[in-house]
Amino acid sequence: MSNLVSGQTGDWEVVIGMEVHAQVTSQAKLFSGSSTTFGAGPNENVSLVDAAMPGMLPVINEACVHQAVKTGLGLKADINLYSVFDRKNYFYADLPQGYQISQFKHPIVGEGVLVIELADGSTHDIGIERIHLEQDAGKSLHDQHPSKSYIDLNRSGVALMEIVSHPDLRSAEQAGAYIKKLRSILRYLGTCDGNMEEGSLRADVNVSVRRPGEGLGTRTETKNLNSVRFIMQAIDYEVERQIEVLEAGGSIDQETRLFDTSTGTTRQMRSKEDAHDYRYFPDPDLLPLQLTAAFVDAIKAELPELPDDIKARMVSDYGLSSYDASVLTEERETASFYEAASNGRDRKLVANWMTSELFGALNKAGKTLADSPVSPASLGALVDLISDGTISGRIAKDVFAEMFETGRLAPDIIEEKGLKQVSDSGAIEGLIDQVLAENQDKVEEYRSGKDKLFGFFVGQTMKISGGQANPAMVNQLLKEKLK
Amino acid sequence: MSVDKDTVKKIARLARLDVPEERQEQIAGELQAILSWIEELSEVDTANVEPLASVTGHSLPLRVDKVTDGNKVDDILANAPEQASGFFVVPKVVE
Repeated sequence: MSNLVSGQTGDWEVVIGMEVHAQVTSQAKLFSGSSTTFGAGPNENVSLVDAAMPGMLPVINEACVHQAVKTGLGLKADINLYSVFDRKNYFYADLPQGYQISQFKHPIVGEGVLVIELADGSTHDIGIERIHLEQDAGKSLHDQHPSKSYIDLNRSGVALMEIVSHPDLRSAEQAGAYIKKLRSILRYLGTCDGNMEEGSLRADVNVSVRRPGEGLGTRTETKNLNSVRFIMQAIDYEVERQIEVLEAGGSIDQETRLFDTSTGTTRQMRSKEDAHDYRYFPDPDLLPLQLTAAFVDAIKAELPELPDDIKARMVSDYGLSSYDASVLTEERETASFYEAASNGRDRKLVANWMTSELFGALNKAGKTLADSPVSPASLGALVDLISDGTISGRIAKDVFAEMFETGRLAPDIIEEKGLKQVSDSGAIEGLIDQVLAENQDKVEEYRSGKDKLFGFFVGQTMKISGGQANPAMVNQLLKEKLK
Repeated sequence: MSVDKDTVKKIARLARLDVPEERQEQIAGELQAILSWIEELSEVDTANVEPLASVTGHSLPLRVDKVTDGNKVDDILANAPEQASGFFVVPKVVE
């Protein structure tokens, strides 16, 4: 598939790199003992360290180190046993230290890779350049007062992983697939909750365009995008804007831009003259972080099975389509539900029932899998009753609807309503005789060559059986009777 | 490295220090003298020495992941020039 964008004067290639800030799942902050809980009252989750009071010293939280290493391993990345914390210096009202503790020259995680899959089924390897640990800043509220900003430091000092990709992405669709896949992996690993609305996962996108085959163009960086849709919109807008500027004979400034969610456009955030000069240097309050191979190996041993591996297993061992396997592995909870529901049964049939009936019903009811009224075991039991011929697939849909509605179990519903499939040939023959007797004219037409009417007879027989006749037997017996 | 008036102006701005125009030349001279003195260190041959981030040989102490601090809004805001409903209040900063 070609990713080229055609402009007025020819084709352009889009080059995108992403920097994703993922909030580390931990109880306490990166360098202090205050809580990371979302939604506390203003400045409640703040210690004197987070507020940068004089004389306070940072002490690193080992769980955050553990989480960063685990994330690195999940992205098949190199773990650096030696890493260093640096100060990134800048002034802003929600940064009380006057610098952010980050990692510059020696990040904790090096090169890795993430595989994305697009709608057309193609897969692409996207290189991960590095992951480093750093502190989050506080939060500024600008809409509380006409001439003042309000500052809440609850987020100040919370651990973030900055996950930096190589400029390997070539379209907004790829960027969307990248963030979705990254979110999925982080959630499988349990290292970030991936909640984009609460800001646990946000992305900066670097976008440039070039003529195919040429060197990299000048890029712009659009900051702080907190949904997949915004990421894709911002990229589409930047691509269009840059092509327009370049085709009009202008040039792109390397600058930071802001995305306006109400208009879907980007605008310049700070001028180049004011560009930040961060003056990174090793933080004298923190010694280098040195890990042992044993520490890394222990984390490797506890890694869960990741979506790519589960998907491959579902395709090769269960015979699922690549598409179904992707849908079932996007969330860890979905994969576990499916494994539990399909264990020891017709794997493909359970996959069909989950992706069509169950997801359809959940969607319609505005529910998630976590609050599904149908448990994995009861969905599995329903599929068993289809497989052993107790009920037909058609009846099963009604039974399922009732299960979803009331939370009752399939055998009870079938028993109570007398929905068992009729596989008794005598009974079915009786039904067929009735249908043929009531439709003498059609029987004549069929016998004189109108083959299409066969479906009509099947339909009528199924109808008067209340959907309960075994369809295969109806077909077979009808054929014999109409000879 | 040489420190001139423009360098002084730039680093003063980055550090949010107000250095009056008439003092910039003098400060450039002082900083230059300090840097020249430090540059004497470059006489030492360090070709085969790994850069050092610490001289103590200690390793970074780690903390367990437990909430042990926080819930002291009054202490946090004690020195704030202005506050409202638990927030620090500062002149409007919008980029």
